[in-house]
Amino acid sequence: MLDATVAPLVQVRDLKMHFPIHSGVLRRQTGAVKAVDGISFDIRAGETLGLVGESGCGKSTVGRALIRLYEPTAGSVTIAGDEITTMPPEALRKKRPQMQMVFQDPQASLNPRMTLAQIIGEPLVEHTTLSPDRRLERIYELMDQVGLNRRFANRYPHEFSGGQRQRIGIARALALNPKFIVCDEPIAALDVSIQAQVVNLLEDLQDRLGLTYLFISHDLSMVRHIADRVAVMYLGRIVELSPRDDLYARPLHPYAEALLSAVPEADPEQKGQRIILKGDVPSPANPPKGCAFCTRCPKVFDRCRSDRPALVEVAPGRQVACHLFQPQTVPNTSNGPGETRLQQQGV
Amino acid sequence: MPDGAAPVLDVRGLKTVFRTRSGEVHAVNHVSFSLQKGELLGVVGESGSGKSVTMMSLVGLLPQPPAEVRGGQVLLDGRDLLKISLPELQDIRGARVGFVFQDPMTSLNPVFKVGDQIMEPLLRHMGLTKAQARTRAIELLELVGIPDAAARMSSYPHQFSGGMRQRVMIAIALACDPDVLIADEPTTALDVTIQAQILELVKELRQKLGMAIVWITHDLGVIAGIADRVMVMYGGQVVEQGRVAEVFKHPAHPYTRALLKTVPALHGARADRLMAIEGQPPILMAEPSSCPFAARCAHVHDRCRVENPQRRDLNPGHDVACHWEAPHA
Repeated sequence: MLDATVAPLVQVRDLKMHFPIHSGVLRRQTGAVKAVDGISFDIRAGETLGLVGESGCGKSTVGRALIRLYEPTAGSVTIAGDEITTMPPEALRKKRPQMQMVFQDPQASLNPRMTLAQIIGEPLVEHTTLSPDRRLERIYELMDQVGLNRRFANRYPHEFSGGQRQRIGIARALALNPKFIVCDEPIAALDVSIQAQVVNLLEDLQDRLGLTYLFISHDLSMVRHIADRVAVMYLGRIVELSPRDDLYARPLHPYAEALLSAVPEADPEQKGQRIILKGDVPSPANPPKGCAFCTRCPKVFDRCRSDRPALVEVAPGRQVACHLFQPQTVPNTSNGPGETRLQQQGV
Repeated sequence: MPDGAAPVLDVRGLKTVFRTRSGEVHAVNHVSFSLQKGELLGVVGESGSGKSVTMMSLVGLLPQPPAEVRGGQVLLDGRDLLKISLPELQDIRGARVGFVFQDPMTSLNPVFKVGDQIMEPLLRHMGLTKAQARTRAIELLELVGIPDAAARMSSYPHQFSGGMRQRVMIAIALACDPDVLIADEPTTALDVTIQAQILELVKELRQKLGMAIVWITHDLGVIAGIADRVMVMYGGQVVEQGRVAEVFKHPAHPYTRALLKTVPALHGARADRLMAIEGQPPILMAEPSSCPFAARCAHVHDRCRVENPQRRDLNPGHDVACHWEAPHA
């Protein structure tokens, strides 16, 4: 398993990404969509951190801000010891080979006028001084790694199926031997039978190349398969960050609990108690005062509507942002996770 | 389940092709199924398996050309919908067969108020006056759980959230109290917590209204939760059909078996490696003369490559189109 004493590869501290809203004749800024509103987490080398949440919760924005595809509003991101958010452009460019991204829609993220070899080779042209022959060799090597037939090197993206296009996107992300890859919903656009192929490929590559992933997805069962730890986001903030098995066995935050209970399972005999949340997610331009989840939470009480709960460690390795959980009251018994009791307050 | 009673909808040997510049695509081949009164039939399959094309063929919703319904019968209470005139078909659409599509934003008209869009089928099919239609539309909005229904009548679709829009679509589809509701991936565009709300709503409406429902989805979990029977489609044909409990417990077709294993579980043991179905679904440029799943099948043998298997009964109400005898595990 992973060694907790190793310094994390990625460190995120109080990251904020606000998008301004302009309105009126003078297009003055009248507000901001707080897509990501102060989140902190670490990703250890070789680990896969799952980032889950519903659409609009800010999970993709986190992925993009992390490798500075957006200019973050505030906060700090360090990847392999280098601060990303304030890095000057030329230094950032030199840093890019270490951090790559696999996008959700392989149709939109591959240039339709470039051949497969040109797409996979583009990062090599930009960042290396390989001769054309050596470059082609590397392209073939990458195609082998992701399971694309070398004969296809001169074909165009539209000639491939969705699953194969995603393989092209992965090969391009691998071209420069990155340490860290942000996978932004890499399987969401694929059919069920193809999803497993791509997930298996990502896992094989991780084992072979020692990659670190941030795996962004709304598919909770797939995240359970691939992630070591999982962060659950709601309205721009992390509400729970726990080791995978702990989260799925017993989610602590009421939103994480509701989210997991809402996933339909392919077993007609599994009639678990479903928590049906009322209403919709509030607008991130005008989030509720206090806890962001207070408008839909089945366990809401007065304090939730006035104070915003901080993300605190409530059990070894488990962080929760909820007033129901108080860190001081967790008895630290050494008899294994079954003994960890969490004091509930207020309800 | 009402057994032996005449089905509301009986589809026999439906065949639909698309004419494209690069030749004909045989999207749906000899699909047969029936739907009992009050039953919920789940239809699963990947994109391109023909599940949506099948359902759209039933009431002539495909643009012709390029589509062409080339054969079969669609019997609604004994009347063949493929033989009747367009005006007769238009009387049936919306009135006796309701449709809910995947994306409520593109299926609602953005420039009309939601209230007018719900009243439209009521005025067209039910012969109600405007005032009566308005009252009924408000009732419908209340039925699908839209708060403050009377006030929301004058809202436009963009003023609703995704889940609320899908509720409006359901209200429109239910407006004329149809016998059959066809829902084409109605929750695919929604988040899981909103999907759970809609699934709950549909369960409730079934009990109240008792219509038969065809629910198209690629999500086996959704089927497991709401359907009575399930029909699995692959490569434009039905590969397996049966009661949900039976098919999930004893899947007989290698595709169904693989599909059930390829989805990781949310509970219980966690596999180290996902079982993947290698290869790609077929592109049907001709009517298949072999099993469409043969190229990806774990149990393929010589016969599968020369003869497309017919559906055969395993048990009463459970049939499979496969040459291979699945061990009853």
